[in-house]
Amino acid sequence: MALQVVTANRIGDGTVVYLTRVGGWSERITDGEVSRSDEERDTLMAVAQATAEIPEVVEPYLIDVVEEAGVIRPVRYREAIRAQGPPVHPAFGQQAEEG
Amino acid sequence: MYRYDEYDQTLVDERVRQFRGQVARRLAGELTEDEFKPLRLMNGLYLQLHAYMLRVAIPYGLLSAVQMRKLAHIARRYDRGYGHFTTRQNIQYNWPKLEDTPDILAELASVEMHAIQTSGNSFRNTTTDQYAGVAADEIEDPRVYCEIIRQWSTLHPEFSFLPRKFKIAVTGAPNDRAAVRLHDIGLIMRRGDAGETGFEVIVGGGQGRTPFVGPTIREFLPKKHLLSYLEAIMRVYNQLGRRDNLFKARIKILVHEVGAEKITEMVEEEWRHIKDGALDLPKEEVERIRAHFAPPPYETLAAAQPAFEEKKRADGAFATWADTNVAAHKVPGYAIVNLSLKPVGGIPGDATADQMDAVADLAEHYSFGEIRVTHEQNLVLGDVRRTDLHALWRKLRDIGMATPNLGLISDIIACPGLDYCGLANARSIPVAQRISNRFADLKRQHDIGELKIKISGCINACGHHHVGHIGILGLDRKGEEYYQITLGGSADQDAAIGKIVGPAFSSEAVVDAVETVVNTYVELRQNGERFVDTYRRVGKEPFKERLYAAA
Ligand code: HEM
Ligand code: SF4
Repeated sequence: MALQVVTANRIGDGTVVYLTRVGGWSERITDGEVSRSDEERDTLMAVAQATAEIPEVVEPYLIDVVEEAGVIRPVRYREAIRAQGPPVHPAFGQQAEEG
Repeated sequence: MYRYDEYDQTLVDERVRQFRGQVARRLAGELTEDEFKPLRLMNGLYLQLHAYMLRVAIPYGLLSAVQMRKLAHIARRYDRGYGHFTTRQNIQYNWPKLEDTPDILAELASVEMHAIQTSGNSFRNTTTDQYAGVAADEIEDPRVYCEIIRQWSTLHPEFSFLPRKFKIAVTGAPNDRAAVRLHDIGLIMRRGDAGETGFEVIVGGGQGRTPFVGPTIREFLPKKHLLSYLEAIMRVYNQLGRRDNLFKARIKILVHEVGAEKITEMVEEEWRHIKDGALDLPKEEVERIRAHFAPPPYETLAAAQPAFEEKKRADGAFATWADTNVAAHKVPGYAIVNLSLKPVGGIPGDATADQMDAVADLAEHYSFGEIRVTHEQNLVLGDVRRTDLHALWRKLRDIGMATPNLGLISDIIACPGLDYCGLANARSIPVAQRISNRFADLKRQHDIGELKIKISGCINACGHHHVGHIGILGLDRKGEEYYQITLGGSADQDAAIGKIVGPAFSSEAVVDAVETVVNTYVELRQNGERFVDTYRRVGKEPFKERLYAAA
């Protein structure tokens, strides 16, 4: 079973966010709640859909991640860029926070 | 330039008001994303990889200094201090907030701008020659007809649900600077037998997944029939265009499947019914619109400008710039100046708010307050006195817009690619930057001569890679960025689709591969040949051999 987290964009400003353990949304993928089974995945998506209806976020979807030494990161390159911010602008996005 | 009449202004203001209501309802949860998405797209607001993206229309690429300042203000106040000028002569903002968008659109409306029809299956911004109205080689100012097309196609009831987006380009000059053969409809101003002016009509060009150079379906169309003929084309397309398959819905597919001859027949047949009717262009209306594009109050100047020539002799860097970035103007003593948005290692097409403000000031000071955006992602000041060129050059250097590389290897078109775009396979901008850095030596660039590199991050071809002399297309190979190279494409009057040279290159290898192609050309070229001339003479084989020799 592939590990997955749910991502979306925040409705108001479009910022990339990840669904967290407590059902909120964080700008850091490392805060993301990882699903490890079909049921967990369905539960996560149901929570995400519910917040999308409020609407807190827009277009939630699942991405594959890997876990290394307790830290999760996306499998696809596209999602790595989405999680970090545009490589051509190191001052924008999460990459700026991590320096 | 064209100024809004009351009808235009009311329409745009009304749209802003509507959209403000729609955004409020969306934020309050009264509209779902499925309901809201078509509404935001109708107003140019996309959702991209990191954020929303707003595409603002710049009709045929023409801006006043006041409008440019407004674009700078929006970049500063609502975005992150910059904007991206696109191959469709528009501007995109990469970080607008949904909640701010109604205010942004209201700011735009206050200077007669909007983001309508910058998305969706509608007529998009009609594009044209950035030298329109001032080019020495021009037959007639094409912007008059761009504006007529804009008015006819804006919110046209019959064409508000086209099978797919629709792009028209018009040029008034035989040297095509607007890639007209690569549009759904391309119009080239021609002279008829009696010296009267009209259009050559081209239909079914395009890029994307299935690129075509459009065939000519009519050699000469008298101008007064422009709209009835366009309407006939649209009707044939509307009836037959495939709505069942997104990838086949463009008119180019229809023309390809049915054949240019048959399409011509059908269009001519449809046209017979509506010709000489209500769509004929009345002379007064054409003149009314032409008045908006009346030449500015030029001074009477001598063609020869000794002071300018003297400055060129005295200052080599200035001479290089003047020989590269300055084009011939139709009025003696004036020049067309290209402002390069391609500094060494820069992001093609990006401009900061401060640069935009500075350009607005320079336009007011030196060029009657007007600026043009080019499809090659540069800016143009159209009406500069030759005696002012040296002073202007110095000021452009101060703001990083005097790189003398127009048409050279570092004057690269690049789409946003995976740095921003949700559809991308691979990044485009960093490849452009690495090529630009590799060939940073201007002497070398000038020695290589005219060479157009165009880069897209996926097959949608927003970066025009099919028509690059060297085209680069981003691929996703099992999660890694790969780049396919095409050679011999061209977007001008000799339009051609480039040919794939061989297997794709890794991100690491792609810049070396470009350099190998360039070195091969330099070895093979004969007396004054440009890259594309050599390619046409020798074909792709010698390049292929060199590129894959080691493998
Ligand atoms: C970042 C958001 C963008 C998205 C989602 C996007 C999407 C697309 C898509 C889906 C197509 C293919 C359409 C078709 O084949 O029917 C396309 C084509 C095109 N786009 Fe974009 N694009 C984006 C940005 C841009 C930019 C920044 C430019 C200018 C630099 C641009 C210029 C074009 C052009 C010239 C074409 C080719 C049209 C043709 O088929 O002739 N796009 N785009
Ligand atoms: S070519 Fe592809 S990657 Fe580049 S902007 Fe267009 S859709 Fe995005």
